[in-house]
Amino acid sequence: MNILAYLIPISLILGGIGLAGFVYTLKSRQYEDPDGDAERILSGRWDNHPKP
Amino acid sequence: MAGQISACPACIAAPSAEDIAARAAQQDHNIALSVPGIHCAACIATVERALERTPGVKSARVNLTLKRATIDAEANVQTDQLIDVLAKTGYEAHELDSSQLAATQTDKAGRDLLMRLAVAGFAMMNVMLLSIAVWSGADGATRDMFHWISAFITLPVIAFSAQPFFRNAFTALRAGRLNMDVPISLAILLAVGTSLYETWASGHHAYFDAAVSLTFFLLAGRYLDYRTRAIARSAAEELAALEVPRAIRLGKDGSEEVVPVAQLAVGDIIRIKPGGRLPIDGQLITGTSELDLSLLTGETLPVPVEPGAQLNAGAVNLTGVLDLRATAVGRDTSLHRLAQLVAVAESGRAQYNSLADQAAALYAPGVHILSALAFAFWWIWSQDLRMAINIAAAVLIITCPCALGLAVPAVTTAASGRLFKKGMLIKNATALERLARVDTVVFDKTGTLTTGQLQLDNKSDFAPEALAIARALANGSAHPLAQAIWRQTQADDLPQVTLVDAREIPGHGIEGQLSNGCRVALGRADWLGGVPQARTATWLKIGGAPAQPFTFIDSPRDGAAAAVAALHAANIQVHLLSGDAEAPVADLAKMLGITQWRAGVLPEEKSAHIQHLRDAGAHVLMVGDGLNDTVALAAADVSISPASALDAARVASDIVLLGADLRPIADAVLLARKATKRIRENFQIATVYNVIAVPIAIVGLATPLMAALAMSASSITVSLNALRLGRVKAGEPQ
Repeated sequence: MNILAYLIPISLILGGIGLAGFVYTLKSRQYEDPDGDAERILSGRWDNHPKP
Repeated sequence: MAGQISACPACIAAPSAEDIAARAAQQDHNIALSVPGIHCAACIATVERALERTPGVKSARVNLTLKRATIDAEANVQTDQLIDVLAKTGYEAHELDSSQLAATQTDKAGRDLLMRLAVAGFAMMNVMLLSIAVWSGADGATRDMFHWISAFITLPVIAFSAQPFFRNAFTALRAGRLNMDVPISLAILLAVGTSLYETWASGHHAYFDAAVSLTFFLLAGRYLDYRTRAIARSAAEELAALEVPRAIRLGKDGSEEVVPVAQLAVGDIIRIKPGGRLPIDGQLITGTSELDLSLLTGETLPVPVEPGAQLNAGAVNLTGVLDLRATAVGRDTSLHRLAQLVAVAESGRAQYNSLADQAAALYAPGVHILSALAFAFWWIWSQDLRMAINIAAAVLIITCPCALGLAVPAVTTAASGRLFKKGMLIKNATALERLARVDTVVFDKTGTLTTGQLQLDNKSDFAPEALAIARALANGSAHPLAQAIWRQTQADDLPQVTLVDAREIPGHGIEGQLSNGCRVALGRADWLGGVPQARTATWLKIGGAPAQPFTFIDSPRDGAAAAVAALHAANIQVHLLSGDAEAPVADLAKMLGITQWRAGVLPEEKSAHIQHLRDAGAHVLMVGDGLNDTVALAAADVSISPASALDAARVASDIVLLGADLRPIADAVLLARKATKRIRENFQIATVYNVIAVPIAIVGLATPLMAALAMSASSITVSLNALRLGRVKAGEPQ
């Protein structure tokens, strides 16, 4: 059962990374236009280089 | 440039001040445009590309969710210019007052709720993992360790995520009331408290997972609820922002100055150009013109005005330039006084008791009594305080209002989302439920069932030469009748006519001379000696011949007939009440198949009519746009106004129709009925779960595993049931 000493912290850290990622997307306002983002992937406009 | 033509050499020598001024003027500014027509990836690309290609535009970004374009541009870029650019690519755009939009751009409350939801979700997953280990047989020290780890995750998360519930419950208790948040907070606190004690005493059952998932599911319901209201609010703000309130004030020397309407004072001289709406009540000093009062009275016929006349805010100036002396501004205008009448009518509207309120009124005291009884029974029976508290907590947790908390928001979110796609905006939370009960619809005519745009009716009565003369006269006039003639003859193949010395005589019409010297005129009956008609008309006079009338009808909106037919099919009575004259109302009623109509109705009569219907037991939906409808809108059970309606009418109504098409009205009634059915079903599902689980909890057989299963299963069934509503069937237009 000693494996738990590794597994539990690992699961918490992985979950924490996910949470931190979500907090980042929220703070950088990536949920302002969900419909638009869903459609934008269909447009090839900024395929070769990101929008400046 | 300015420096070079300056007469003062010092100015050229010291250009820094000028540079600074120029730089300030060059500063970028943000322009917000509402573009209701965008709906796909291609639209986004077209709009952004068209805007970015415009000189002076630095960047443009479309927000499809809000159907809005934000443009970052240099100071010399005019909003009108951008609207023209979009119009050329085929997209209708309107300017938005950015100061009105400020509130939606920083959506702090929404992001705050989302953050709490995410934290609760993170904790729920981890605690659930540990709990599954316990349920599948972890024992002794391992179980205790898992419980302790769960406790360390749960405590800070509850302290952060459950705050909205604690705060609401505290406010309610301090005011001596009981709301849904009181049992929720009690359940969460009891679950955490007893579990901590059990963990410390090496007990078997800990409800940390239940406390966290309770928080998570309830926050999800809160967030859905918030989103629905936020979307409605931002769209409502957008409608308000569409009217950029400015007026032209004349200085003592006759100079024109554009000022916000809020800055106008009694006694100011205001200039109203053709096409402008009067922002104030005032006395006409100079100028003659015709006024369109259709938003005030419902009358389509323009009314001529002459100096000395007392004019009311809300009228639209049609032909000449008018100078008014303000007699009432802001809150004192007749427009605002009417808004107060609406407030009175609204307070008279019976307070509607929503389904959610009814459920909460039953639920909140019910669970408290139940869990208190369970506690008292077990304490007296077994004299074991710890067991009695555990059972009371289990009862509270199992009866958790997860499903109840999700039952209404999940359905209203799905329904309002779908209605929004169809172009309807639900402003009021209980509007859907009220809409579901509607059995009578009362329509206004001008601007609601009709576009308010006049169509030439008797073109075939005129010879091509006469039409050509009328077209030449009408060309360039801002008067709606002249514009209608121009619009409808523009594409026709008519003989060429050259007019000499054509001029518009404000308040009367347009006159000119043909190249052969014959005098021609287009205008009012009394000016040209025509015989007044019952319908809207303008007269054409060629030389000495008697004037001939062009008659007009107000064309019905898209989908008006379809909407009326669909309402009839849904067994709903349709009435038509209009302030307009009898002939046009009768025509329209016949065209749309409405049998119950009244013409020449005063605003008070409209609301009296609705009151009369309601007294007879009918549930009335009022659809109207004008100032004359506002009292009726507020008096009806539920009300809809088109986006083109006056501000006051939109404020008084529960639902705003964003598009020009009327068809969604019938769809909305049907969808509302379906949504209300779903809400009731959801309450039944939640009740069934409780009927099964509560006896088990009361007899003391509940385990954390059972609580978790009941909670998740009921929440998921309720959400899935709600989602059935949002699904658009194949082949159905979106």
